[in-house]
Amino acid sequence: MNTDLVIDVQNLNKRFGDKHVVKDFSLQVRRGEIFGFLGPNGSGKTTSIRMLCGLLTPDSGSGTCLGHDVIHDTAAIKREVGYMTQRFSLWEDLTIRENLDFVARMYSMPNRKQAVDRAIEQLGLTARRNQLSGSLSGGWKQRLALAACMLHDPKLLLLDEPTAGVDPKARRDFWEEIHALAATGISVLVSTHYMDEAERCHRLAYIAYGSVLSKGTVDEVVAAQHLFTWLVSGADLSALQHQLNGKPGIDQVTPFGSTLHVVGGDRAALEAAIAPFRNDARYKWQEGSATLEDVFIHLMESAPDNFQ
Amino acid sequence: MKLAGFSLSRWLGIVVKEFIQLRRDRLTFGMIVGIPVMQLLLFGFAINSDPKSLPTAVLSQDNSRYARTVTTALQTSSYFKVVKQISTEDEAEKLLARGEVQFVVTIPVGFERALARGERPVLLVEADATDPAATGNALAALEQAISTALAHDLTGVLADSQQSPSPVDVRIHRRYNPEGITAYNIVPGLLGVILTMTMVLMTGLAMTRERERGTFENLLATPALPIEVMTGKIVPYILIGLLQVTLVLLAARYIFGVPMLGNVFLLYGGVLIFIAANLTLGITFSSIARNQLQAMQMTFFFFLPSMLLSGFMFPFRGMPQWAQAIGDVLPLTHFLGLVRGLMLKGDSFVDLWPNLWPILLFMAVVMALGLKAYRKTLD
Repeated sequence: MNTDLVIDVQNLNKRFGDKHVVKDFSLQVRRGEIFGFLGPNGSGKTTSIRMLCGLLTPDSGSGTCLGHDVIHDTAAIKREVGYMTQRFSLWEDLTIRENLDFVARMYSMPNRKQAVDRAIEQLGLTARRNQLSGSLSGGWKQRLALAACMLHDPKLLLLDEPTAGVDPKARRDFWEEIHALAATGISVLVSTHYMDEAERCHRLAYIAYGSVLSKGTVDEVVAAQHLFTWLVSGADLSALQHQLNGKPGIDQVTPFGSTLHVVGGDRAALEAAIAPFRNDARYKWQEGSATLEDVFIHLMESAPDNFQ
Repeated sequence: MKLAGFSLSRWLGIVVKEFIQLRRDRLTFGMIVGIPVMQLLLFGFAINSDPKSLPTAVLSQDNSRYARTVTTALQTSSYFKVVKQISTEDEAEKLLARGEVQFVVTIPVGFERALARGERPVLLVEADATDPAATGNALAALEQAISTALAHDLTGVLADSQQSPSPVDVRIHRRYNPEGITAYNIVPGLLGVILTMTMVLMTGLAMTRERERGTFENLLATPALPIEVMTGKIVPYILIGLLQVTLVLLAARYIFGVPMLGNVFLLYGGVLIFIAANLTLGITFSSIARNQLQAMQMTFFFFLPSMLLSGFMFPFRGMPQWAQAIGDVLPLTHFLGLVRGLMLKGDSFVDLWPNLWPILLFMAVVMALGLKAYRKTLD
């Protein structure tokens, strides 16, 4: 076993009824790494995370999390992992202090009082510690949830869409904190829908319909798809989008702000397809490199949807 | 009301949406249909405030023709059903204490001779009057039934003794509740009703609340063991239950003057078992229910027959066999027997056992079902 891997699982499977929610899921996460977990809604991200932290038992497969067997040693995993659920799942009718104190008790922490006081101080919530957590704003709830799952000094953080519904400033602060934690040797597995967040991860995996479709650093994931992109700017782009859509050689046409990304897997075919429009004076064409988002849309559209 | 701008199609949209949602929510739909049907069946067929065929034991110390006439008269009155012929007073005492019979009729030694001499022999009828409603009509019909039957026998030589008002002196002993005070019956019964309501509902809600709000996932992600979560969540409700019991008992004693003849500790022991049975049911409901509303609906489904078929509101023995069979399954039925037995009759543990084991059995079965349902929700 490679001791440098905090997560090392092979071929995990999970079915709910006749739905095969996670298929042959394999993942390796290194110590101190921030690993991004991307994919559309309902792609099996949450289920995969739950299997890693011992909440769900995989139907088949094997592997370890922090050196503990994911099937038999779930109790040991729970003690050393910090899991932040997708939805705020602390008790809204408990105060900030009571919530943290409860969590500290659940992990049988020695010096519970000091640990809780320290966490509240770090949060900067000392003055509001007796406020009900349900009355906090989205951003504060998220920070409180992170503090709660960091309370017992976990070696691995599993964060399930931690920044959903949080404003951009709070999101940036949150990511700075994640990077600071990773610098101290804590490993982080984080699922997200945001491309800018994905680009802040050391490595990432793209999962759709229960299968991992691509894995690696941002550059590796982009390069692996061999996509070619032309950027178009100018007036009346939506008319152009309609004309380009579905043409042989063009896989996808996506508007990004004031530019249109025209993407294809075959360079020659793509150029042939756009040639008739290149001379139109209304548009300015420029060859660009495929972005992560181009790649994800491509992956999503080419993945077989076995849930329907 | 302002109707300007009222849009019929908009309004129809709301009506249609409501129907769609109602149809999806099967449990609510079940309640809409099930509750009236249940109430119709229970009130229409099961409930009878004039109970007949009440189990009666005859203690005959005079094996004569007239003794047999009395027994037959009881049977034909339709209010009594002689289920046992006994020979000792001890036995009579035991049967009444355990609630196995409602009446014991004692025919004294020398009944025939005294009757022949026109001495108006005493016919002793002991009634278990813990529930005055159950015995009232039967006792009212008793004297007439016996007089008529004996009058038929006392023709010819003995015609003289057929004086008015009656050839026998029927003495009725209303045991345990001589004045027929309804509160003696209702107040101990309320203990069980209150506990059923709060214990099933509160545990049902406590668990589903966690699941509905998503906090259950957080709890499961901590090292807390399921047994710790379950028992830890239950203990506060056990204490609440005990507090309720204490309140009702104090009120029973000092406001309603209900006697407490049995052992208080034995009562609390019985209460704990009853609470445990109800909590088990509440937890089982909460593992099946998807939200708090469903847990509440399930509680109501259970509570209604418990109130009506347990003998709390209407005499248990007045119900037909099928309703009694359902009632026998409900823990409240047995708890009522247990509490009334302890408070009003001063029953000992041995007398209580027949009412204790059905509650334990109920708990074991529900727990087995609950564990099965609980496993499913985890994975």
